Amino acid sequence: MSTAADTKLHLNRQHALHLLRQMLRIRRFEERCAELYTEEKVRGFLHLYIGEEAVAVGVMQALTPEDAVVATYREHGHALARGMPMTTLMAEMFGKREGCSRGRGGSMHVFDAATRFYGGSAIVGGLLPLAVGLALADKMEGRERVTACFFGEGAAAEGEFHESLNLAALWQLPVLFVCENNLYAMGTALERSESETHIFRKAQSYQVPAESIDGMDVVKVEAAAHQAAAEVRAGGGPRFLECQTYRFRAHSMFDAQLYRDKAEVEAWKQKGPLLRFGHWLEQTGMVDAAGRAEIEAEIADEIAAAVAFAEQGSWESVEDLTRDVYTEQPE
Amino acid sequence: MSAETIETTYREAVREAIRDALKRDPRVFLMGEDVGRYGGCYAVSKGLYDEFGPERIRDTPLSESGFTGAGIGAALGGMRPIVEIMTVNFSLLALDQIVNNAATIRHMSGGQFNVPVVIRMATGAGRQLAAQHSHSLENWYASIPGIKVVAPATLEDARGMLWTALEDPDPVVIFEHVMLYNRAGRLAADAGPVPITGAALRREGADITLISYGGSLFKTLEAAAALAADGIAAEVIDLRSLRPLDDQTIMASVAKTHRAVIVDEGWRSGSLAAEISARIMEQAFWHLDAPVGRVCSAEVPIPYPKHLEDAALPQVAAIVAAAKRTLAQ
Repeated sequence: MSTAADTKLHLNRQHALHLLRQMLRIRRFEERCAELYTEEKVRGFLHLYIGEEAVAVGVMQALTPEDAVVATYREHGHALARGMPMTTLMAEMFGKREGCSRGRGGSMHVFDAATRFYGGSAIVGGLLPLAVGLALADKMEGRERVTACFFGEGAAAEGEFHESLNLAALWQLPVLFVCENNLYAMGTALERSESETHIFRKAQSYQVPAESIDGMDVVKVEAAAHQAAAEVRAGGGPRFLECQTYRFRAHSMFDAQLYRDKAEVEAWKQKGPLLRFGHWLEQTGMVDAAGRAEIEAEIADEIAAAVAFAEQGSWESVEDLTRDVYTEQPE
Repeated sequence: MSAETIETTYREAVREAIRDALKRDPRVFLMGEDVGRYGGCYAVSKGLYDEFGPERIRDTPLSESGFTGAGIGAALGGMRPIVEIMTVNFSLLALDQIVNNAATIRHMSGGQFNVPVVIRMATGAGRQLAAQHSHSLENWYASIPGIKVVAPATLEDARGMLWTALEDPDPVVIFEHVMLYNRAGRLAADAGPVPITGAALRREGADITLISYGGSLFKTLEAAAALAADGIAAEVIDLRSLRPLDDQTIMASVAKTHRAVIVDEGWRSGSLAAEISARIMEQAFWHLDAPVGRVCSAEVPIPYPKHLEDAALPQVAAIVAAAKRTLAQ
């Protein structure tokens, strides 16, 4: 079983730079998406993960390719950290046929069979039963796989959250529940919507081992995820991580953010996952300004290629409007 | 099919279909409220828990959304779950999973993921169970692209549709009318799979087409027999599949009889009967000699007392009367 101490051993320069690169890829990808939104290349809802990157990047380090991921509509970061190509992700944002979901889903519904990425769900709480079912299939088939299920703290108000935690605990299913507590369910603050604001305690009430961790610290997230995933994989039943984090940008592109103080946002930005980790990397000499610039340049190239791929993509023919509603079967 | 037949009931036919599926495919399991130790609230799964054990006959908490979603997730994970929901009224607690996940995931994922789940539920009135156990909401489900909806009425269909539904790569919802479970009859000993698309002609006739499904089918056949006594030859179509609807069979019959009455236990407003009526108007208007008639449930939450429950539902006399009205026009 891996422990936090083991994980620290693995935090060599190469891995540290990997974590930095993954978080930076998400940050720069989404900054570009916001620009593309104002250029009307990306439409619909666009929910940015900026500020929360340490959670997805940290947790993904604990998963193997055989594991499954279920995520919310704020899932670009999870998709990139899981290893989905940026090209097909960007094409999906554009709604192009070359997108990972053939353009049918858009920003909120990213799917990828190759990385076992099951969405991209925009019904808050609605994805938790799916994760339970994926894990049930693994358990019944005797496969030692983990299903990682990401959701916001807003989901804790939904009945499906409670039904799912109960089922996962009752049947001892291999689910790693990851609550990304960014303190606001859209615009409603946690203390204005929950009588118990410590979400992990709700999980504990279902006999699911749970803890609250600093979701702005990628190393801490990774350590906790390694331990929790190892316990899940070993047949110990579900685990629950409440990651304390914060969304730096608006809920979506339509949000004027009247519900929170600018000072609060600024204070959280000072605890930002990239700021803190980047600073630590500099202090320890793992990366200098030139090294950082090199990573940034490579990411800029990757994003430019992804945008070009999306731009060059094609629109689905209207004749194919109803394809994939049902599986086409031979007559 | 062999000539050998067995005496059975609709309930036993569904049970045999489930048993058969469990034996044939190790990925199949049954999940729902009281399906295991209790034996199923309508005793459909009685005995299966002892035969197949708690893993494959899986009792769930009262969490319709949770376990229906888990069935959808397990289907994504490669299993072939049969989810049993006690009644269509309770299925409303699982609508999110059925409408937002089961029906959308294939399309929303660009065809990458299939959801081969089967969801069975009881529907309909007749047992004096009042307004939260007796409704017929099949039309709600039948309006949703991405799922298939069937309503087996006969022993053959109860025995054979589950097989086909489980082999279907997409989600299938099966409605079992509560008044059919005790229906007895003879069934071929080697009864096998039957298609889940396509209607069936249950009685041939040249004067009028009566279109029905599920629990109303046998009332409609009774009405056809009564009409025959008066010299009227009614053709009876059993829809069997509520989504997709078999337009071809319906229109072919209407082209022959020039008159149609639809019998549907759902409420009239926005009913399946309304949908079928519209399709006949669109596709067979010039064949019609009279407006399409409808016999539906009264627009009232189904009441408890027997006489009021009876009055709320389509009954044989009302079907006969509707057919005669249509013929008189």
